Amino acid sequence: MDEVTQHHLLVVVGVLAALLTVAPGLIWLERRLLALWQDRYGPNRAGPFGVLIVLADTIKLFFKEDWIPPFADKFVFVLAPAIVAISVLMSFVIIPFAPGVIVMDINIGILFFLAMSSMGAYSIILGGWASNNKYALLGSMRGAAQMISYEVFMGLALMGDVLLAGSFSLNDIVEAQRGMWFVVPQFLGFAIFLIAGIAETHRLPFDIPESESELVAGFHSEYSGMKFGMFFVGEYLGITLISCLVVSLYFGGWLGPDFLPPIVWFSLKTFGFIGLFILLRASLPRPRYDQLMDYGWKILLPVTLLNLMVTAFIVLMKTDPLW
Amino acid sequence: MFSIIRSMWIVFLHMFHKRETILYPEVKNKLTTRWRGRIVLTRDPDMGERCVGCYLCAAACPVDCISLQATEDEHGRRYPEFFRINFSRCIFCGYCEEACPTYAIQLIPDFEMGEYNRQNLVYEKADLLIDGPGKYHGYNYYNVAGIAIGGKDKGQAENENPPVDIKSLIP
Repeated sequence: MDEVTQHHLLVVVGVLAALLTVAPGLIWLERRLLALWQDRYGPNRAGPFGVLIVLADTIKLFFKEDWIPPFADKFVFVLAPAIVAISVLMSFVIIPFAPGVIVMDINIGILFFLAMSSMGAYSIILGGWASNNKYALLGSMRGAAQMISYEVFMGLALMGDVLLAGSFSLNDIVEAQRGMWFVVPQFLGFAIFLIAGIAETHRLPFDIPESESELVAGFHSEYSGMKFGMFFVGEYLGITLISCLVVSLYFGGWLGPDFLPPIVWFSLKTFGFIGLFILLRASLPRPRYDQLMDYGWKILLPVTLLNLMVTAFIVLMKTDPLW
Repeated sequence: MFSIIRSMWIVFLHMFHKRETILYPEVKNKLTTRWRGRIVLTRDPDMGERCVGCYLCAAACPVDCISLQATEDEHGRRYPEFFRINFSRCIFCGYCEEACPTYAIQLIPDFEMGEYNRQNLVYEKADLLIDGPGKYHGYNYYNVAGIAIGGKDKGQAENENPPVDIKSLIP
């Protein structure tokens, strides 16, 4: 094995291991933070600060009956939870965690992410459809509508960044933020991408596909055992992914003052956004389904288009010698 | 829009609030003396059993968790031969305590009665009986009741006149 292959292998294994540690860790973090913001303690018995609750949860999930309903479409039913985990994990390929620590620096990085997040929508649709259950189908229909409509301006919001950096590669985008983080010139884009990102991971307050108070558990009503665990892990990986992307796209990625190594800066910023995700869950109620759609199509889409046009105009003014 | 950010900020500030949780096994909640918990059978100040086996508690119990059998000793004192409370049924309503004419059965502020075996929740008289008067310190049923027992004849109770001699003509 030559140096380059070794480095690649190290990065791939390292990123995968880190992610698969972070995702269950987030379950603990979320429960502790939610408890903190609700004046409770949360899990604090097993291990230091209750960290081992994750282990207990995992063991419990493994020993649950892994039931496939007799009325389900078995192949698709088994396939759906795999899709969510795979598509989210694949998206991490394009994230630059530190200089040189990137699984694959593709020159269409952002497009790859958008494609993978669209793939993620399939897991909801297929999961709900294969369950052959009214609630699951309702959940997956909502999920499909939500994810498709929010994906539109999620992609459009990113285009402002792409215009400023002149590249689809996340590495170049991070490098382009050396002077100023893109959150300043692209604040609207950042806000919209964050909202769309929350909707894309169907986290609260946009957990309309699940909405346990209306639809039992939405698209994964019929899932149990580790299949449910996959959806669960997929959701937490999704949070991590969106946080990583927000950090890379708008908050300078691994850039930061020299007294901390780049990977630490990246993790700090990412966990800040993960905390924001959890804070959102702690504080905001779920909007109604039609409100969500109205909000997306009637407010966010026009604002995104406006943002894109103004950005394009300014970039053109700066670069085109004719102006 | 502003209200969303405001509510997020308010929730965020809860980080610095005191937590409401009482960490139970380490920190215990203060129970008042009127708390209705584990049921006990109490004794007189002179250590005689208060229960006279009148069955009123068993009759008042809405879930029929009390069973007892009254009997009498050589002094004519009634007492329960056995007294059994099935705490897996008991709803801690306190009706038995209200029904008891002799303050024998009392509910005390203790609820930590967990058992792994359900059968262990059936408390016999030996488990129920305590060596003390419970909430009513000076009270002795036989000292205020008119009934005659060994060592205490009619008319010898507190605030009781000697019985009228119906065979005497003297007023």
